[in-house]
Amino acid sequence: MSTRRLGIVEALREALVEELRRDPRVFLIGEDIGIPGGWGGAFTVTLGLEKEFADRMVNTPISEAGLTGAALGAAMMGMRPIADVQYSDFLFCAMDQMANQVAKMRYMSGGKLEVPMVMRAPVGVTGRGAQHAQMMEPYFLPLPGIKIVCPATAYDAKGLLKAAVRDGNPVLMFEHKLLYGSKGPRSETGSVDASSDIPDGDYTVPIGKGIVRREGKDVTIIATLLMMHRAVEAAGILAEEGISAEVIDPRSLVPFDWDLVKGSVAKTGRVVTVEESPKRGGLGAEIAATLAEEMIDFLVAPVKRVAAPCTPAPFSPPMEKFYVPDAKRIAQAARDLIAIS
Amino acid sequence: MKEPAKKTAPEKAASAPKSASTSYDAQWLLGLYRRMVLIRQFEDRVKYLFLEGVMPGTIHQYQGQEACGVGVCAALRADDVITTTHRPHGHCISKGMNVNSAMAELFGKVTGCCKGKGGSMHMGDLSLGIVPAVAIVGGGLPLTTGMALSFKMRKQPRVAVGFMGDGATNEGAFHEAVNMSAIWDLPVLWVVENNFYGASTKVEMVVKTKHISDRACAYGIPGLTIDGNDVLAVYEAAREAVDRARSGKGPTLLELLTYRITGHSRRDPCLYQPEEERKKALANEPIGRFARHLLAKGIADQKSLDGILESVKAEIETAVTRAMSDPEPRPEDALEDMFV
Repeated sequence: MSTRRLGIVEALREALVEELRRDPRVFLIGEDIGIPGGWGGAFTVTLGLEKEFADRMVNTPISEAGLTGAALGAAMMGMRPIADVQYSDFLFCAMDQMANQVAKMRYMSGGKLEVPMVMRAPVGVTGRGAQHAQMMEPYFLPLPGIKIVCPATAYDAKGLLKAAVRDGNPVLMFEHKLLYGSKGPRSETGSVDASSDIPDGDYTVPIGKGIVRREGKDVTIIATLLMMHRAVEAAGILAEEGISAEVIDPRSLVPFDWDLVKGSVAKTGRVVTVEESPKRGGLGAEIAATLAEEMIDFLVAPVKRVAAPCTPAPFSPPMEKFYVPDAKRIAQAARDLIAIS
Repeated sequence: MKEPAKKTAPEKAASAPKSASTSYDAQWLLGLYRRMVLIRQFEDRVKYLFLEGVMPGTIHQYQGQEACGVGVCAALRADDVITTTHRPHGHCISKGMNVNSAMAELFGKVTGCCKGKGGSMHMGDLSLGIVPAVAIVGGGLPLTTGMALSFKMRKQPRVAVGFMGDGATNEGAFHEAVNMSAIWDLPVLWVVENNFYGASTKVEMVVKTKHISDRACAYGIPGLTIDGNDVLAVYEAAREAVDRARSGKGPTLLELLTYRITGHSRRDPCLYQPEEERKKALANEPIGRFARHLLAKGIADQKSLDGILESVKAEIETAVTRAMSDPEPRPEDALEDMFV
């Protein structure tokens, strides 16, 4: 099968086009979308789609609660809305809709209705300071009723978005600003290449299935989005020192691929979790607690969490560099575990 | 702005559309009356069961506001949809929910409209066009806009009604939802039941405009203040607004002036409602008013109204008996109904 090399933005755009063509119930709703000469959303994902799908791109006022609720209402009536907020930070404006309405509507109905909607939200500590550069996953992780996916590559971005549109449940997709590969005036400083060979034709990536990015036997490093790329870099550093690190990219946070993680931990006995968000109450905490409950006999060392400090994201580049975990810190955490076990 | 706001002077509110009841079918009028009585009896019986400690949970009740739900829903078709609030029993029954299903839900039984997962504050049944009630004040309004958006995109001749109390109009969600419905001319009817109190806070302490309907002009849509205790006035205003919405002319905001003659919730003794005001409100409550109207117009005699009351009471008693003997959910049913 022939392939094309695409970045995440192009892969997402392709997924949107294919789903819009495949299913007349699919429509896009968000801010600054569908405007000829406009931005195509904050990071160009929907650029140019208005040429083919003008009547299925709903450009909203700056009303995050309103557009989230609108997507929910349309989904309950049988549509397949794909909503987006320009920055995931704005989900706080829509938090009642997300947490009280979207997440709970099916359950409150006794399972008698469906909420097949997708919400896309860009994350990443990226030179914008405290309110446009947060990681939002920890706020949604404990919330029952919404599936969460975090693609780190263009292949996964396309496959997970298509799976999300077809899922029948609310799916929240976090996309990383430094991985988008946006071009032109909306490109990001410090971007990381997340492009993939995208096969021609239809494919999906199953929600709830993680992937081993690099095989290893001494230590398991678990990371998503940008941190997955940093973890792979760290594994390269460690390999030069004779330490074999396995990198796991869960890809979905809800549901979470515990089988994959546990299988790896059974092999390595050592775990490093990596987060771009504050350590308190995050994914690393959840993984560490679950492994302590269920895998304690396999662990030869404590679970080590590499994470941001418990502060807002700072603006100034030296402080931001200090705040976000990098490959060196991840590698050091792995070395520390090996040294004590 | 496509449609200029129709400003309603306060004086006009009292003389809102006069009911030309002689032109209505007598059976239809008695149907409205019966539904209002059904809601009142349902709520009174529920209150008693709750105070007895037989019924679990908490309740927000609709006594005194029956003409609002019944009048509006009489203007709707079966496939039109409504969103309701933390005070949803009356809206659900108005839109056609069976009292057995409603009562069983209040008892948390598997036979309830939400299989016991919703309870009083999330009562609903989408197959009847009733979204499970959203008990966050104003929280149901954005999704009302979304349902109407889907009707417009798919060219379906359906209307979405967003019921709310006066308090909801101070929420940000109200602004976002009403504005979006206005700019896209969506088939929505916004119904504000102004019962003059948000819990114990009087509306004039938290709203500066003389009428809540005045707020409609901020969105470029018509806003009307209607006597919400006159079921026919409510019906006629709703009918006009629903026809307007269905024909693609966009949303309307109806403010229905009414009064909650019961507590905000549970055991609220309403000490904040002045005695004189309560007396007046009781004399003006919608069921008595409609009964007097029906008697005066010769549409019904006292005996037939008494007959309606008796049959409603029997229906409610059946619902209570059934609900109490219906099976409880299995505890582990709590784990079901998360995802498709």
